Amino acid sequence: MSSDRDLVVLGAGMHPWGKWGRNFVEYGLVAAREALADADVAWRDIEFVAGADTIRNGYPGFVSGSTFSQALGWTGAQISSSYAACASGAQALQSARAQLLAGFGEVAMVIGADTTPKGFFAPVGGERKEDPDWQRFHLLGATNPSFFALNARRRIDVFGDTTDDFAMVKVKNSQAGAANPYARFRKEFSLEDFASSPIVSDPLRLLDVCATSDGAAALIICTPEYARRKLGSLEGTVRIKAVANTTPTYPQIRLELPDIATDSQAVVGPPASGFKDSIARNAYEQAGLGPEDLSCAEVYDLSTALELDWYENLGLCAEGEGAKLVRDGTTALGGRVPVNPSGGLSSFGEAIPAQAIAQICELTWQLQGRRPGHQVEGATVGLAINQGLFGHGSCTIVAT
Amino acid sequence: MTTRERVPAVEGWFTTSEPYTLIGGKCPTCGTYVFPPRSGACPNPGCDATELEPTPLSRRGRIWSYTENHYAPPPPFVAPDPFEPYALAAVELEEEGLVILGQVAKGIMAADLRIGMAVEVDLQVLCTDADGQETWIWTWAPVADEEEGA
Ligand SMILES: [Zn+2]
Repeated sequence: MSSDRDLVVLGAGMHPWGKWGRNFVEYGLVAAREALADADVAWRDIEFVAGADTIRNGYPGFVSGSTFSQALGWTGAQISSSYAACASGAQALQSARAQLLAGFGEVAMVIGADTTPKGFFAPVGGERKEDPDWQRFHLLGATNPSFFALNARRRIDVFGDTTDDFAMVKVKNSQAGAANPYARFRKEFSLEDFASSPIVSDPLRLLDVCATSDGAAALIICTPEYARRKLGSLEGTVRIKAVANTTPTYPQIRLELPDIATDSQAVVGPPASGFKDSIARNAYEQAGLGPEDLSCAEVYDLSTALELDWYENLGLCAEGEGAKLVRDGTTALGGRVPVNPSGGLSSFGEAIPAQAIAQICELTWQLQGRRPGHQVEGATVGLAINQGLFGHGSCTIVAT
Repeated sequence: MTTRERVPAVEGWFTTSEPYTLIGGKCPTCGTYVFPPRSGACPNPGCDATELEPTPLSRRGRIWSYTENHYAPPPPFVAPDPFEPYALAAVELEEEGLVILGQVAKGIMAADLRIGMAVEVDLQVLCTDADGQETWIWTWAPVADEEEGA
């Protein structure tokens, strides 16, 4: 099933993830040129440039659309710049998609790149007493892993998960990541490796939480008409079936990063479905597809335990049953629905504005059968999901 | 020697004399609660109220989840040197329907905690500046569980 509203992913490109401390623009240029070459489109032909912003790279990071446009050489293209923390890439994709679907152009570039500091992510500088992100660090020392750990502890005490279940997520993802040339960590970890991994935020160990990384990703997307002219037909192309960028519904009753407190459910009862469930549901509705249709999924495994949450939020299993899917191999390569066939964030680390775009690069190549060593055989439908700070839920579905 | 004033880490979020309470906001129109206190708009999308009234919150709640940090968080956290691990707890206040995160009283670690445990608001020093002035923060401290009749 396809519709005229399904844009085509014409090309995808990445800079490998790692830690080099170079300028983020350098990484973006590599990804952009790779995506253009993959699409066989000249830079001059790009009509719209959608940049995903990063706040860690000074002013140019805040206006990434123009930063990358200048780096590639001004062409007079239309631009946008999007910031939504981890969902920045998905919002940039949506910006480009809306531009093309509105008829304001036929071909666009979506691009994001980052350079990260060592160690924990910290809030932007200065004494910012009104900023909830500043507050949670100053008042509580509530780092990102602290929040992942609160969630992991609930899984252990409420669902009966074990720390071995969490470790198995890393073992699985490291096996896939070892075969991915774009991944930063190419080592296959074992359950034994966890014993020597120090506790960061109990019950999570260093190997349970994802690192900060440098990296970049870019996509070239176009209208079906443009693709048909260029390729002769749409046969075998990867189509964007859904891009959902979703806020929570009041009251948000899960304690989510970076908030110190939840909304109150004293007056208005909890919504019919929680925030993370609604992110996927909105995308499924847009695509006319469901969890049973997925060939594979890229989910935001900021921690191993968080990946198990996503299985449930995606509808791959009921709430509390996520650990079963990693235990029985359902979500491993070769399983019924491989999750994070790229190796996930545990193999890449976080390069925030690039990550949601990199998820779509991976799915595109998976659907095109171009992932030797970590290929999901016969993949036809892929889903990418993530959540940016302060209520930016993003989910994209692509299909052949 | 005089007792120094207890300077709260953030003004208006909690009392610094007994009984220690967190201070939230309550909507005068729909009755919903918020923490931290804020003004400008009720968060209930079905409510037009523009101001929330400061209100003391329940002193006791039950642990929703907890963790223990083993590495010093980055600034603006002021970490003691050498760093000592400490626990955080997210605590559910039944009447207000809120979950609020806080440090756990010093010396009480993850192994001492469990989900559903009864806790109460207490205070402790967050950090001390070069002049010896202490900044205070609220904490969650375990208490005897009345419901379990312990
Ligand atoms: Zn109200």
